[in-house]
Amino acid sequence: MDAILSLEGVGKIFPGAVALSDVSLSIARGETHIILGENGAGKSTLIKLLAGIYQPDSGSIAFNGQPYQPKTPHDAQLSGIRIVHQELNLLPYLSIAENLMLENLPRRAFGIVDGKALNSRAVALLKEVGLDIDPRTRVEALGVAQMQLVEIAKALSYDSKLLVLDEPTATLTPPEIERLFSIIKRLKARGVTIIYISHRLHEVFEIGDRVTVLRNGRLVSTRDLQGLTVPDLVRMMIGRDIADEYGFDASIMQGEVALRVTNLKRDAATPAISFNVRHGEILGVAGLVGSGRTEAMRALFGADPKLDGLVEIGGKPVAIAAPKDAVRHGLSLLTEDRKGQGLLLDMPVDKNITITDLGKVSRNGLIRRRAEAAAANDLVGQLRVKAGSIEQAVRNLSGGNQQKVVLAKWLFRGTSTLILDEPTRGVDIGARREIYQLLWMLAAAQKGIIMVSSDLPELMGMCHRIIVFSRNKIVGEVPRAAFDQEHILSLAYQEYVRP
Amino acid sequence: MSETSQPVAAAPVSPARAKLLRFLVRDAGVLLALVLITLFFSLTAPYFATSGNALKIFVQIAINTVLAAGMTFVILTGGIDLSVGSVLALCTVVGATVMIDESLSPAVAITLALLACMATGAVCGFLNGWISTRWKIPSFIVTLGMLNMAAGAARVVSDNSTITGLPQSFVDFGNLIIGGFLPSIFLVAVLVIAAGWFVLRFTVFGRMIFAVGTNDEAVRLSGHNPDFYKVAAFTISGLTAGIAAMVYLLRLNIGSPIAGVGYELNAIAAVIIGGTSLSGGKGSIIGTLVGACILQVLSTGLQLLGVGDNFKPIVIGLVIVLAVILDAYRERLLRRIR
Ligand SMILES: Nc1ncnc2c1ncn2[C@@H]1O[C@H](COP(=O)(O)OP(=O)(O)OP(=O)(O)O)[C@@H](O)[C@H]1O
Ligand SMILES: [Mg+2]
Repeated sequence: MDAILSLEGVGKIFPGAVALSDVSLSIARGETHIILGENGAGKSTLIKLLAGIYQPDSGSIAFNGQPYQPKTPHDAQLSGIRIVHQELNLLPYLSIAENLMLENLPRRAFGIVDGKALNSRAVALLKEVGLDIDPRTRVEALGVAQMQLVEIAKALSYDSKLLVLDEPTATLTPPEIERLFSIIKRLKARGVTIIYISHRLHEVFEIGDRVTVLRNGRLVSTRDLQGLTVPDLVRMMIGRDIADEYGFDASIMQGEVALRVTNLKRDAATPAISFNVRHGEILGVAGLVGSGRTEAMRALFGADPKLDGLVEIGGKPVAIAAPKDAVRHGLSLLTEDRKGQGLLLDMPVDKNITITDLGKVSRNGLIRRRAEAAAANDLVGQLRVKAGSIEQAVRNLSGGNQQKVVLAKWLFRGTSTLILDEPTRGVDIGARREIYQLLWMLAAAQKGIIMVSSDLPELMGMCHRIIVFSRNKIVGEVPRAAFDQEHILSLAYQEYVRP
Repeated sequence: MSETSQPVAAAPVSPARAKLLRFLVRDAGVLLALVLITLFFSLTAPYFATSGNALKIFVQIAINTVLAAGMTFVILTGGIDLSVGSVLALCTVVGATVMIDESLSPAVAITLALLACMATGAVCGFLNGWISTRWKIPSFIVTLGMLNMAAGAARVVSDNSTITGLPQSFVDFGNLIIGGFLPSIFLVAVLVIAAGWFVLRFTVFGRMIFAVGTNDEAVRLSGHNPDFYKVAAFTISGLTAGIAAMVYLLRLNIGSPIAGVGYELNAIAAVIIGGTSLSGGKGSIIGTLVGACILQVLSTGLQLLGVGDNFKPIVIGLVIVLAVILDAYRERLLRRIR
């Protein structure tokens, strides 16, 4: 085999965690290599070694037959390795175009940036990933999925020999994934080698040649994908089978309407929307990237201003001007952007969890550290967050474990209605199953749950009802009996295909 | 990299050890620096290691420590307060004016002066915070404006003159050295630091100050009002400027519209040297106390060594820059330990 990249006994140790140990792996030139593993298995750490962000503590890496020891991300780029990291790294206050071309801004005389060339090149790149947005838009105005697409477009703007994608599809919906896969296939035809990490096991068969599974920092095995099935992959990853992934619980009784939204209007340009969720119900929210799902939830929660609309909780109208009003009235919003909006990255796990309700762990304004630690440990155990201790900074947790912390903080608050925007983003299949069970427990406890997800099979597995957004409008409501992927997707497209 | 090349960094650290290391790197570092600097001057500078000099340092440190205590709150939330020096000036003239009112008995006058100082400072601080959050203006700009306004107000109140003639009992208290080693005004500074430490470490409010500085959007979306905590931090900074003004009156016995020029920079320097990050969310008020000590020990030590007034600021400036460099390095170390 002609190996473009080979790792020999690579190890990486962090204080409190062995992230990788004795990993030996060869990536063949031109192949698409899938890397799988549970949250915290060491996938991203492996990628960061390639990126020059971390250096291995032991072992060696060879790229193109040469010893490869990048000290900085710049070294990696010079070697022809491009990486789309799991956590987004765009500069929020620059435009999309500037972000795309940051390392190589088109210039005119005297080093002045050539704005025209910049924007026209950006348009072309965005078109390739299917993002129909003015490249002069500031990145901070984008949703997470759109940022993800910008990151991908950025990686594509350079010729690379090895392209690494760390969970690129965690927030994408089927059409964007489709487009990404056709790009991957095209690159592959051009001879580019690709390393691809994902927790969406169904999708990897379409593009992958071989698969490597990591568990607790060790390499479990490397196999040809051909002939393997999803259950095989699951078994390799977590060492057991997962029988019924979603575990739909038909026995849960639905109660009164928990939350009713009537004619919610974000601004003059967007249509009014209405929906409701009952106690004990899981309501799914489907739609394409940028269809206004997240924005609607944020407006409802008071995170963004809204123009108009009636919100009723438990049958009573409530005024929500800011998130604190929403929380006071018993609403939670788990945001899709965990890094920017969900977490206090440099603070420890326990303080992240209790921030939603410090009253529960304090008396007379004094924090009771014991009670706080006990509450945090409880939730960390319940969600099986993999962390050295509850005093570890959230920044150093793996992506999926960070996601669990965001969920934990709202479970700690324990509000009567939960809005979950991409609750399983980047969470491994075993932990996903645990989160689903937890949601069923919440539903059984008569909470109302709104679940926004780009993973349509997940919505169809978990929800009693699905409402579909298309261009900021709710275009349909599908009861469980009528769930059908094609039908829901065609609804999601509806407002985009019609003139 | 071979396996043996980094044996220390590579060993996994147990939570307890990580905690100890974290303490050593974060808090003990500055303390160690203070000890070393003190040791250095004790050995090299004549008269440095005398009890008289130690007392002098304790006295000189008090004002800056009090200012820096409030400044720590502001910087922890990610803001900055440039106005404390001239707010202090305003408070000294307000306080002195109240105190020399002959219709009041000394005890009443002193109490009223203290309240007036604290109220004046708190109002200035509140305005800083309210304006910068209400109109989303960087606190750098707002407090720069307040710096000028308070300085002007101090001139107006004092009619551009120095106010003297404070009650004798007040002056005596300022000169008091408790038990022969603890100057009364240093005690005030220590009490302020202790109160700040308690609030930041044990209260819900203190927790929120750190959280707001770490990620105010996440705090907002968790159902809180981050602006409340920012305004509160500025109010605290104004309040401590008022207390510092009382300390100033105790020490110098005059209210002066030109008091406090440049004090804000010393306060900021103490906070930064003490390891609080200018971007907010990280730091400690004990560090601030140590930072203030380092600044004063340096200043006194250099003077005793005969370093001229022209060179002294150069050295102190270098130390501040060095502290920030060390801070960046310390951040990197801390990330590896957590
Ligand atoms: N900077 C760090 N300091 C301490 N521990 C770390 C650091 N970075 C990663 N870890 C730990 O190393 C382990 C591997 O993390 P990594 O991010 O590689 O996981 P992952 O396989 O990418 O998981 P996920 O699927 O959740 O993204 C985790 O236990 C994590 O907590
Ligand atoms: Mg990862």
